[in-house]
Amino acid sequence: MSSVAIAILVLAILAIIFGVILGFAAVRFKVDGDPIVDQIDALLPQTQCGQCGHPGCRPYAEGIASGEAINKCPPGGQTTIDQLAELLNVDSIPLDAEHGIEDVRKVAYIREDECIGCTKCIQACPVDAILGAAKLMHTVIVDECTGCDLCVEPCPVDCIDMLPVGTTTLNWKWPEPPQTNNLIATDRQTRVEEYPS
Amino acid sequence: MKVFSFHGGIHPPENKKQSTRAEVRHLATPKTLVIPTQQHLGLAADPVVSVGEKVLKGQMIAEPVGRISASLHAPTSGTVTAIEELPVPHASGLTAECIVIESDGLDQWIDHQAIDYKSIERNELLHRIRQMGIAGMGGAGFPTDVKLNLSSDHIVTTLIINAAECEPYITADDMLMREHASEILEGVKIIQHLLKPIKTLIGIEDNKPNAIRALNEALANTDIDLDLVVVPTKYPSGGERQLIQLLTGVEVPSGKIPADIGIVMQNVGTAQALHRAINHGEPLIQRIVTVTGEAVEHPGNFWALIGTPFSDLLSAADLKPGAMHRLVMGGPMMGVAAETDAIPVIKTTNCLIAATESEMPEAPAAQPCIRCGMCEQACPAQLLPQQLYWFAKGKEFEKAKNHNLFDCIECGACAYVCPSSIPLVQFYRFAKSEIRAEALEQRKADHARERFEARQARLEREAIEKAERRKARAAEAAKAQAERKNQSSSESGNSDTAALKTAAAVARTKLKKAEVALKNAQDKGLDGVDTLQSTVEKLKQTATEAEQALKSSTTASTSNAAPSKSDPKADKPDLKALKQQVSIMRTKLKKAEAAEDKDLNEIKTLKARLEEATQAHTDADHALIELANNAGIDLKQLRIDVAMAKVAVTKAERMISKSDDEKEQETLKTELTSAKSKLAQLETQLKPYE
Repeated sequence: MSSVAIAILVLAILAIIFGVILGFAAVRFKVDGDPIVDQIDALLPQTQCGQCGHPGCRPYAEGIASGEAINKCPPGGQTTIDQLAELLNVDSIPLDAEHGIEDVRKVAYIREDECIGCTKCIQACPVDAILGAAKLMHTVIVDECTGCDLCVEPCPVDCIDMLPVGTTTLNWKWPEPPQTNNLIATDRQTRVEEYPS
Repeated sequence: MKVFSFHGGIHPPENKKQSTRAEVRHLATPKTLVIPTQQHLGLAADPVVSVGEKVLKGQMIAEPVGRISASLHAPTSGTVTAIEELPVPHASGLTAECIVIESDGLDQWIDHQAIDYKSIERNELLHRIRQMGIAGMGGAGFPTDVKLNLSSDHIVTTLIINAAECEPYITADDMLMREHASEILEGVKIIQHLLKPIKTLIGIEDNKPNAIRALNEALANTDIDLDLVVVPTKYPSGGERQLIQLLTGVEVPSGKIPADIGIVMQNVGTAQALHRAINHGEPLIQRIVTVTGEAVEHPGNFWALIGTPFSDLLSAADLKPGAMHRLVMGGPMMGVAAETDAIPVIKTTNCLIAATESEMPEAPAAQPCIRCGMCEQACPAQLLPQQLYWFAKGKEFEKAKNHNLFDCIECGACAYVCPSSIPLVQFYRFAKSEIRAEALEQRKADHARERFEARQARLEREAIEKAERRKARAAEAAKAQAERKNQSSSESGNSDTAALKTAAAVARTKLKKAEVALKNAQDKGLDGVDTLQSTVEKLKQTATEAEQALKSSTTASTSNAAPSKSDPKADKPDLKALKQQVSIMRTKLKKAEAAEDKDLNEIKTLKARLEEATQAHTDADHALIELANNAGIDLKQLRIDVAMAKVAVTKAERMISKSDDEKEQETLKTELTSAKSKLAQLETQLKPYE
């Protein structure tokens, strides 16, 4: 009888000690904010284009964190979807065509002769990549442009083009070498009937 | 001198003899020179000439932009005919911005002169080197001034001059050492002057006996603290990290540069170019290029101007028509194929191989990796090439990075030994550029996020500021309105008088009518005479009140208007009159209060008027005090003095009347006179302020 009592007593004391430790740890190592949103936001391409239906990348990151689909980001494309799937430990899904299709990276270009200086595109640009003033010509700072498309719509004279970013010696990438299909040396790409009998 | 060793390495056929038989030949000045503005990492140089401009040999045509950038100079005299996109020596085969110069055939130098580097400031010397466009001529073309300026934040213990030239076929440095050994040593002296190393070493492979002999001879003729170290021939002993390991036994840590462990390495070609730039004032506009391969009849080395098209070099070496299968820029191990022979020579072009098909056949199809491990044995960076290969192939770039992919020097030793002929280096290059691109993308995304957030913050701030401004404006408007109201009410003092006049007139008329009515009623003996009488009484009272109000308001307005007169004498209010007024008011008030049928209204108006009068009096008093103050007189003290003097006079008079003694009376009288005179004096002083 007494051994049972001792066992219960020992377990109870242990439970109290661990409870105190856990309680302390919960207070001491408390994580502020929602780090998953930051992690998702870090993966998104930050074009701030709004094609996902949110007014920017961070709101979409918050949306994903609260259970929204991960395939609504055309600028990020399949790469971003895969990364998000890995981060969130869900299955990767193809891009939702409803929000747009994956395209080559583009930047806005203002045909400066036609620009009337209305500043509408400047107000639309989410990253302040357009330079200009009222009744003066505007121009796009190419290095800052995310290619979000948002400036095209407000332009009253349609002088903004989205041009693909060309390959130069600076952004050129080595091509992927041709893959060898045969996995093992004896795996010849020949049919059985071709073997000499 | 002890020579250490590095891991791995290979011994490919050297193929160097073909191009060292003849002396270095000078190439005729080409008709057209094409100078790419970007010849190294970092930023492209910015053209400072315009199309159509005449340039002289050695004139700067593009200036460096940013820290890692080198200037460019016209290799010969002529005219700038274009600044356009043309094929450049780059693995991509793409075009890039080039400055095209049409030679005028005169080869006329711009004014240039040597400088004594020992007598000028260190920074000035570095600036000069930068202006001369000196860049590393061994491989990457890294701007030399940047490398020589490292000693400001690094302590340089060892300077190593790289003369190894380990890659097959290439003999440019070999020939330079044979023919210009003393110039190289002069260049080394300049580097020593800048870096002040404890020791200087020249590392050279033992397959260049002629160059070693030439260097030794030159060393015997100059006083320079330098050790020539002959290292065994092994590819890639000319790699920066490998040569450091060979000569010092120290391994440069991963992710660090040699300067971090106190070592700086310069190529012999760079040293010679430095000598020409400083001791002769000639910018870097030419270099030795090895033209070799089985497709040329007379392989050899050429002094070629920067910007010379490959085709000129090939024809100078007598290219066999139709024999060339591939044209390689650089060596067979690390070089890249050139797609056209219109590509120009740049500062880092050390070799051109015009190879026949049998010399450099198409790479055999890659077989599967059999995990033999030979690549690991050959890797001079002690990496795991096959592991990196699997990661690159499977696009697991993160893992490749963690396996130190970026320590790979792309020497090609692993691919050379691979029995399955897998193009390993191509996989590493692919993986590296993918990782770099991704990192760039990430940086761009972070930058965009930053800008986006900054913009959001700005918009928010602007909205708040706008709201605040609106609030402030509203408050101001309300205040202005209130003020306007006040003003109009004070201005309406006159209109009030008018209103009072009308009121008085109306009251009078009413009274007359009532009196007439009363008279009629009394005459006719009608009822209600009492009521009429009381009405008349009331009306009389109203009329008097109105009259009185009118009178008081007119006097108030006149008294208000009075002080505004600018006559200085009139500025002095009549204190006595005011005092009188106050006392009159007080009496009137008392009377009104004492009266049996108290008229509250009247008392009120009287009280107000009394207050007004008192206020006027005190104001006047204050004004007087101030006035006196301005004249340097303390009015209060003066008043007290006057009162004292008066008291003294009365006292003296009383004393006289009381006294019996004649003598005493006499003295008292004199006292009285003096007191009187004093009083009179004080009073005259006080008078202007009363």
